[in-house]
Amino acid sequence: MVLQLNLAAILAIAAQATWRKMRPVISRDAVVLPILGFLGVIAVWWAVASFNHDVMPTPPEAVIANLDFILHPFYRRGPGDLGIGWLLLASLRRVLIGFLLGALVAIPIGFLIGMSRKAMMALNPVIQIFKPVSPLAWLPISLAIFNLADPSAIFVIFITSLWATIINTALGVASVPKDYLEVSQVLEMPRWRQMLKVILPASLPYIFTGLRISLGVAWLVIVAVEMLTGGVGIGFFVWDEWSRLNLSSVFLAVFVIGLTGLFLDMAIGQLETLVTHRQRSL
Amino acid sequence: MIESTAMSVSQPSQFDRSEFLKIEDLHKSFKAGNGRESLVLKEINLTIAETEYISVIGHSGCGKSTLLRIVAGLEKLTSGSVRLQGKEICKPGCDRMMVFQQYSLLPWLTVRQNIRLAVDEVLTHLSPVEKKELVNEHIAMVNLTAAADKYPDEISGGMKQRVGIARALSTRPKMLLMDEPFGALDALTRGKLQRQVLEIWESHRQAVMMITHDVDEAIYMSDRIVLMTNGPAATIGEILEVPFQHPRDRAQLRQSSDYYELRNHALNFLDSHFGAED
Repeated sequence: MVLQLNLAAILAIAAQATWRKMRPVISRDAVVLPILGFLGVIAVWWAVASFNHDVMPTPPEAVIANLDFILHPFYRRGPGDLGIGWLLLASLRRVLIGFLLGALVAIPIGFLIGMSRKAMMALNPVIQIFKPVSPLAWLPISLAIFNLADPSAIFVIFITSLWATIINTALGVASVPKDYLEVSQVLEMPRWRQMLKVILPASLPYIFTGLRISLGVAWLVIVAVEMLTGGVGIGFFVWDEWSRLNLSSVFLAVFVIGLTGLFLDMAIGQLETLVTHRQRSL
Repeated sequence: MIESTAMSVSQPSQFDRSEFLKIEDLHKSFKAGNGRESLVLKEINLTIAETEYISVIGHSGCGKSTLLRIVAGLEKLTSGSVRLQGKEICKPGCDRMMVFQQYSLLPWLTVRQNIRLAVDEVLTHLSPVEKKELVNEHIAMVNLTAAADKYPDEISGGMKQRVGIARALSTRPKMLLMDEPFGALDALTRGKLQRQVLEIWESHRQAVMMITHDVDEAIYMSDRIVLMTNGPAATIGEILEVPFQHPRDRAQLRQSSDYYELRNHALNFLDSHFGAED
């Protein structure tokens, strides 16, 4: 009896100690609150699904239906029957090619606009008019030009990636602190070295802001573009599964698209820290 | 390291050493917003000798910084002339290196890289090894060896200004221009840094023009003090000779009656030019 009590007491103390150690981690808002958020969304989904059960799966049903996709993301079972990992990679490839081409064009144009008032006057109206146009509106034009789905999709992503990068680069170049420019003047730097050694590094944080926005929008747009062009890709997958009334896979796709977007954003943030040697002061 | 300065000695020999920098009848006016010209500086005449330390004192807004920036070439004069060794100054150049009030270090470069950038740009004839030595020498000169690989936002204001000074000196300029170099520092740091800069100057004498609004600083550091009248249309009110020999010791200065006489004279001047619009 006494032994049991002792044991109970020891266990209680041990439990208390572990709890004290764990509590700061568990009760940290950064862990609990996001979980609550996700639980809330799942609850709403569950509620809606139970009213609408002919088409819409409840969360556990969706997980079971998607088990094959989740466990075998890279299967190949025929020409059109690929795992979701392959679809994701196909979409990522389009986005990254279009985005990189866009950055290659946008950063120099942004530089030009930021440094020359004349270039600004010439190009600003064009940019202001094209910027609010939904990138999807470019799809027929690019289909007419390329006649092929894949290059057309890449072209639309390219157009999408331009505006935010141009505008932010121009802003960054135009707002390089005067002090830095004066340092380069006193050192008698030639113009091109001033651009390379002072203006470019000084405006890198702005350029990265632009790139980050561009990549985010590009990832949004690719899903819609692929719905229209078809072929292999996560966007077409969404549309295709909807045509088969297979909403479980659509839920999975939404989740995967979101995670990938988050990953892209974090990747570019990491790249910025790497390139600028500085933590983002946000 | 010293050979590199030998280059700058082979100059047009006709200039007078006591007229290293010569400012003659300088006027400067700015275009105001309403299209009218407003005169900032008028009839400035000043000569600085080759190894002279000059301070320029005046109330804020009197255009003393503008004067320095004209000498640096960062600002254009409206009329008159500024000549360095007989040559007209019309653009910024590495013969007149500037120490900025707000340090102006490039934040994406470390202390060492900031200084190296200046050395790379100006002393292009040096080999990489010589450049490296020169940079290290100047980092050591301002006691920053321990912080050499830190970024500007990781070091204190006093350290930043030491980097600014090391950067300016490392390019071996003929003239050093300092725009309130100690203005943004706390009193203790300021005193220490004044001492350091003066020691450096005492061992490598050269022409210095320093803007300040601190009379004690001006007396402690400089050979002559230029007192500016109040703006707009400011001009040189008086030029005071500081009669103390270098190297100077602050405590000794404070014991001499000349020091207080000079100090009171300067303060009285500044007080008498204070008030017109305040």
